Parts: sequence; structure tokens; C-alpha cells
Amino acid sequence: MKKIATLSRNACVSCGCCETACPKNAIEIYNGIYAKVDQDRCIGCGLCKKACPADIISIKEVDSIG
Amino acid sequence: MAKKKNWYDYLWIVSTLYIILGFFNILFAWLGLLCFLIPLVMSLTGGKKGYCNRYCGRGQLLTLLGKKFSKNLPIPKWISSKWFRYGFLAFFLTMFFNMTFSTYLVFAGTNSLKEVVTLLWSFSLPWHFASSSAPVAHWVKQFAFGFYSLMLTSTLLGLVTMVLFRPRTWCVYCPMGTMTQLVCKAKYKE
Repeated sequence: MKKIATLSRNACVSCGCCETACPKNAIEIYNGIYAKVDQDRCIGCGLCKKACPADIISIKEVDSIG
Repeated sequence: MAKKKNWYDYLWIVSTLYIILGFFNILFAWLGLLCFLIPLVMSLTGGKKGYCNRYCGRGQLLTLLGKKFSKNLPIPKWISSKWFRYGFLAFFLTMFFNMTFSTYLVFAGTNSLKEVVTLLWSFSLPWHFASSSAPVAHWVKQFAFGFYSLMLTSTLLGLVTMVLFRPRTWCVYCPMGTMTQLVCKAKYKE
């Protein structure tokens, strides 16, 4: 099992706070519309969740791939 | 390891100076237009929302102050709801055009210059002490008073929600943030 950040794209305000907080550069603001998490890079540290002012990020456990 | 700082990481100083300068010479308020134009131009010309998390001095200031003063509590859901964000944008734009019309009335000679700063669109504070002695037309000063009112009000709202909720709660309902996101949605067809 691996922990990763997930979020609701529809609720994202695309402020970029999560992108700045991510120590692994695993988040980008896709086309200025919503935050997109690179699941391979994400380590599920939760810093993005802490930085998100809209509280839309959660850390979930997923089956690790590969 | 701490990330290496860039020049734009210090733009919070510019935002702080902007608020301070408005207490000494209201004409500096005109510089605030840059905070409207730069994110808009960036979003329209392919810069997407790059302004928000890189160049927004106000956001940086709220992050810094939030480390000490924010209760860091989750925001009420209605603040991040679409109706509130779009509604606040519509209200903010209406107030902006209202302020521009007041400037026009002074330009046209219908109204006289009012040396006041209006907080929260309701409370007029005498601000004659910051009125510039520079030989500029009255409408130029009127716009500065009106625009500074808008900037001071939004800073105040940002500070209050920074203390009550997350440091950058302002970013959730920032009219410029909402507007540039809408531009991106239209531009990239989402």
C-alpha cells in the first residue's frame, strides 16, 4: 500500500498553494484550472493537504503499482 | 532542505509597502492596478495561473502572517462554493465599475473630490492627510481614493479570514484568482 494525495478537481480553486508546498514537485496546476497530482512522484506526505486553503485534498491509501 | 529563494519570493514586501504608502500619498494607490492587470494579462497570454502562487505578494504576506496568527481551521464550505466565489467576483466587479463611475463624475465636474477611504463599501474614513499636493487632476486623486478603498478592504478581508481559518483563505474567494481561473477554463475549454 502507498499513500497519495487526491482531490476534487471541480472544487479546486487553482491557487497553487499545494504546488508550492509539495517537496517532490508532484503537483502542477493543470492549465490553470485544477491541481493534478503525479501519483508516481507523490509520497503522501500531506504537506499539500495542510497548505490547501479550500480543504479539498485528502491522503488516501492505494495499491502501489510496480 | 529549504528551497532556494527567488526574487519573487520577496514580493510580500511590495504588498506591505503598498498599504503603508497609501497612508502617506494616495497617488501610490494607482500602482495597485498592476495587481489587476498582471494576472489578467498572464492568464490571457498563456501564463495561466502562474501569478497566484509565484508573484502574488498578498498571498505571500498572508502565508507569512498566518504562521503566527492563523488559527489554521478548515474554512466553512460555503466560502469555497461556486456561488459564493462567482458571486463575490460579480460583486467586486460591480463595486469596481461603481468606483470608476464615481471617478468619471469627478472628471465631468458633476461631483467634487471626496478625500475619503471607504472600508467594506460602507464605512467612510477621512483620508485627507494622504491627499497628494502634486498638481494632478481631481479625477486622478478620486480614482486613487476609490482604488485604495478596494485594496484596503480586500486586504482587511484577507487578514480576517487568515486569522479565523487557513492562512491563504483569501485565495479561495480572491476575485482575481476566480477571474483568471475562468479565463483559463474558457481558454482551455474545460
